[in-house]
Amino acid sequence: MKTFSRSATGPSLGSRTLTLVFLVAFTMYCLLPATWLLFASTKNTGDLYGSFGFWFSNFNLFENLNRLATYQGGIYLRWLLNSLIYAGLGGLLSTIISAMAGFALAKYQFAGRELIFSIILGGVLIPSAVLALPLFLLLSQIGLTNNYLGVLLPSLVSPFGVYLSRVYAAGSVPDELLEAARVDGSSELRTFFTMVTRLMGPALVTAFLFQFVAIWNNFFLPLVVLSRNELFPVTLGLYAWQGQSLGNPDIVSLVITGSLVASLPLIILFFSLQSYWRAGAATGAVKG
Amino acid sequence: MVIFLVFQLIPVGYAIWQSLQATTRSGLGIGAAGSRFAGLENYAQALQDQEFIAGVLRMLVFGVVQVPVMLFFALVLALLFDSSFAMFKKFFQFAAFLPYALPGIVASILWSFLYLPGVSPIIAALQAINVKVDFLGPDVVLWSIANIVTWQWTGYNMLIIFSALQALPHDIFEAARIDGASGWAVNTKIKIPLVLPAIILTAVFSIIGTLQLFSEPTIVRTLTNNVTFKYTPNMAAYNIAFGANNPNYAAAVAVTLAIFTFILSFGFMKLTNRKEK
Repeated sequence: MKTFSRSATGPSLGSRTLTLVFLVAFTMYCLLPATWLLFASTKNTGDLYGSFGFWFSNFNLFENLNRLATYQGGIYLRWLLNSLIYAGLGGLLSTIISAMAGFALAKYQFAGRELIFSIILGGVLIPSAVLALPLFLLLSQIGLTNNYLGVLLPSLVSPFGVYLSRVYAAGSVPDELLEAARVDGSSELRTFFTMVTRLMGPALVTAFLFQFVAIWNNFFLPLVVLSRNELFPVTLGLYAWQGQSLGNPDIVSLVITGSLVASLPLIILFFSLQSYWRAGAATGAVKG
Repeated sequence: MVIFLVFQLIPVGYAIWQSLQATTRSGLGIGAAGSRFAGLENYAQALQDQEFIAGVLRMLVFGVVQVPVMLFFALVLALLFDSSFAMFKKFFQFAAFLPYALPGIVASILWSFLYLPGVSPIIAALQAINVKVDFLGPDVVLWSIANIVTWQWTGYNMLIIFSALQALPHDIFEAARIDGASGWAVNTKIKIPLVLPAIILTAVFSIIGTLQLFSEPTIVRTLTNNVTFKYTPNMAAYNIAFGANNPNYAAAVAVTLAIFTFILSFGFMKLTNRKEK
């Protein structure tokens, strides 16, 4: 590493090359499996087993998509819609709740404030999968298993969202502004929805995005709570198909194409909202 | 103001209520459901359950190897992205982050196919040069699962560490370089100590994640019996509750696991805290 020592002007060629090699190798590790998925989704069952994994064979993507949309009466589309409902609605409501909680924790003085915050943060440390089981017992007693609410309600709690909102509200909502709104006769609720939410924009987008992704990817909770397959989110549906695929090779290409389709919304969301969640993640990391 | 506070406190209270509910619930789970009060019997059973204990130990081995490997790569990548001499940063970051953007189930399904003889181009390529591998063999399958986890989470952890690095005042590095510090020294003596909190954060999350490993082994289990149904503690809890239909015992297993997680993550934080002082 001597080469670095005199290079205040710029690193040496050797270290540049080494870096590039490392980055390229790591990139291949990250991208190759995803590339395989792209190629595999264009193949029929025979080619899947019989052709080279990293290149095209007969181009069957549209046939696969068509089969995916029609198989078992279009159950896959139903799953996609379910995921969208769970993740979209759950993410939205959870963000509003987190924003209010975070804002209150940052801007109001009340007894036990720090205690409440600590308990919420403690929630991050409780494995969500460990919670799911007691939650199921609870839900089954009030008759919410096999029900949209059974998945939606537990998804509303987001310790990370509360944490992020608090940190962000503390830094971006000036007390003078709240005072001014109060003097002008605006109710707290109105101030919150018209002014505070705007000031907290980037943090809220981040909280929504992460909660959306968490719900979309959640597997354990729906697995525990749901048994009727028309209520499944897409992750659970794919798992059910994967379980059948060994006995029925026809399903294999459905699983593969279905996996690709199920990933697209997240990839699009992540890369279109990049600037937001990057800023949000930075807030979290610095203060964490 | 009061109304607002009440309105605010409800969701907060809900979160608290829920966390309490989970713990008392499991306490209730032992005695309630119309059965007798069992005390700690279920816990005793859990601690004597060979398969459950084996699962916990398996996750410890897994964590001791996988977490440091993953965080090492995440840290190196973050430092490279933060340095001046990485090229095409945007593209490489996109690549590193892509696996995290895929649903965990998809990642697991994807890799299962890459582990499956007949479909996998990796196995085919290795066979062409006369190397025989069985990614699903009894000794290998744990590391195959570790690979899935590493693939998924390295980019995410990289991002957290990278964000922390970016937030540091960069003029102190310039100053250090002008004073003659090597790039290596700037990294190890200044940057890494300064982002240590972020690294610890990722480590704690990784430890928690390891202990609750579920979907990856569950997917891999569809391919091989080398992953038993009590392979990880979480799988044990799930399969006891629904396979063996014994929710009381399953609740005890879940709580034991939660306590265990707390001890480990707090122990880890204590340990690192002391080191800092």
